[in-house]
Amino acid sequence: MTVRVIGKEGLEGLLRALREEGYTVVGPLVRDGAIHYGEIGSIGDLPEGYRDEQGAGRYRLRQEGDLFFGYAVGPGSPKYFLNPPERLLFRVSSDGRGVEEEDGDDPGFAFLVRPCDVAGISIRDRVLLEGEYRDPHYLRRREKSLIIAVNCTHPGGTCFCLSMGTGPEVGDGADLILTEVSGKEHYFLIQAGSQRGKGLLERIPSMEASPAQIREAEGLIEGAKGRMGRALERDGLKELLYRSHDHPYWRDVEKRCLACGNCTFVCPTCFCTTLEDRMALDGSAERWQRWDSCFTLDFTYLHGGSIRSSIASRYRHWITHKLATWIDQFGTPGCVGCGRCITWCPVGIDITEVVEELRKGGG
Amino acid sequence: MRKIRLAVWKFASCDGCQLSLLDCEEELLPLSEAVEVAYFLEASRRVEKGPYHISLVEGSITTPHDVERIKRIRRASRYLIAIGACATAGGIQALRNLRDVEEFTSLVYARPEYIDTLKDSTPVSHHVKVDLELRGCPINKHQLLYVLISLLNGRTPSIPSHSLCLECKMKDNVCVMVSEGVPCMGPVTHGGCGAICPSYRRGCYGCYGPSETVNMESLGRWWIERYGMEREELVRRLRTFNIEGALAPFARSFEGEGA
Ligand code: SF4
Ligand code: SF4
Ligand code: SF4
Ligand code: SF4
Repeated sequence: MTVRVIGKEGLEGLLRALREEGYTVVGPLVRDGAIHYGEIGSIGDLPEGYRDEQGAGRYRLRQEGDLFFGYAVGPGSPKYFLNPPERLLFRVSSDGRGVEEEDGDDPGFAFLVRPCDVAGISIRDRVLLEGEYRDPHYLRRREKSLIIAVNCTHPGGTCFCLSMGTGPEVGDGADLILTEVSGKEHYFLIQAGSQRGKGLLERIPSMEASPAQIREAEGLIEGAKGRMGRALERDGLKELLYRSHDHPYWRDVEKRCLACGNCTFVCPTCFCTTLEDRMALDGSAERWQRWDSCFTLDFTYLHGGSIRSSIASRYRHWITHKLATWIDQFGTPGCVGCGRCITWCPVGIDITEVVEELRKGGG
Repeated sequence: MRKIRLAVWKFASCDGCQLSLLDCEEELLPLSEAVEVAYFLEASRRVEKGPYHISLVEGSITTPHDVERIKRIRRASRYLIAIGACATAGGIQALRNLRDVEEFTSLVYARPEYIDTLKDSTPVSHHVKVDLELRGCPINKHQLLYVLISLLNGRTPSIPSHSLCLECKMKDNVCVMVSEGVPCMGPVTHGGCGAICPSYRRGCYGCYGPSETVNMESLGRWWIERYGMEREELVRRLRTFNIEGALAPFARSFEGEGA
């Protein structure tokens, strides 16, 4: 597909066109000292001139340069919008007869996100839409959503999308693809990835990109590949985890892990939920779905107690699901290499480091 | 729905948790139609004899008279629910458990011989069987309402004991530990408040007490090594609301290492 080029006004025009088509634009913005995802009204909301420093258990923002998209992903992910933390499933009246399903007037989101998040959405699609039971709420929101991928030129300190094959250049799944370049001139290469994207692109004024501009952008993406903060050796990964069930290293992780579940909440692919029934004084009731995590005791509570009572067993379950059993269940790993679980673990437990330790043998 | 008889009792406490019940505003009227308030001095002078279906107990046990009274309340109640940090963990006043209470009384009161107090301030569960505990300083009124409505409808209420971080992330907060290096008790603290303090960019003080799985050893080490926290401050944080219970051994061990 042809590559076009737009400037800042073109980017503003794109946001306007999206709003005119009825989309709620969700993209990066600065909130409480981090780049978060939230509703974007104009380019003035974007984190222009912000860069992030990320390490295990540490995140700081600083101001540098003039890029709108010079950051790596923050704690928020598209799942906050596609599978919100809690939602009403249905209401039951007090006589027990009237069951009223939540039909949901779901907004259509236009996601302005990173390649790893596009990959994360594809994984959620496989989990929530392609099995025997589909999640109707997720389906409604997905059908209405549009994805604009912004290729990465500045990966973060905990990123390893290159290892997972999900970045820094976007693969499948985006309706529009942007690459930001700021050198002698500040411009955005833009390309359609679907018919819907093509239609949108036609609505905004753009010019054909020159070979030099394309080369410059490709050079930036190549450069990003060499600056990944982390790496994860994929070779034999699944077998490694299956083999490591009784590895002594789980005891070391257990000494550090708080079982707080933050790694699962920030993960763009983690999808577990639980149900809560909330009654009112008049005897009517509501059934709600809310996020849950394999790090809570309730998660494996069966008659008589929880199956995974030790922290070691919970951490082992989590990482084994991400990197091994997920492949058997859904055909890909459950990890896109976004690095969020490393940065946002309050005590900096690093999934890539744990894999390295397991490789040292003993299991 | 049958009308149930409710009693609300106070021991050593600040009244804040009982106030949460009066704070239920819109729900208060329908609630007062569904329950018969048989004993609730904070709201009414009317005092009716037991038995009661539900007794909400606020406050910690600090005197010999308290010990007798809580036993009488237990005998007169079908369900006894301890509410708040005082009733479930001894409260801030349990700080005295670490010192000599006689020394305090001799310093504070002109005639200390009139003071009849126990050496320790203890949670209700140390004295009688407690059916359910609602944590917090103060409790969350929505949790209290949920419990009352569940019991009115003959359901067993379920109060999750996961860490506060779940609620914090559900609120889409940016973690204050990771983004600012602010010590937060959230990872070891029992959920239920809806992550109030981190929502205002403060670290959690731990007023809900320990969560189901506590790895304070790891969190404490992180604060000392990464945030340069003094042991004395760490111990103070562990003790503010959690003098008795699951965090106590950690406080002792960090204190010991410092000595
Ligand atoms: S497991 Fe960690 S690195 Fe992988 S997708 Fe989830 S949060 Fe990102
Ligand atoms: S790995 Fe880190 S974020 Fe995950 S549960 Fe353990 S301490 Fe929490
Ligand atoms: S701010 Fe506190 S409660 Fe919230 S995620 Fe961080 S450690 Fe947990
Ligand atoms: S955040 Fe912590 S200290 Fe603050 S109200 Fe909640 S449990 Fe209490």
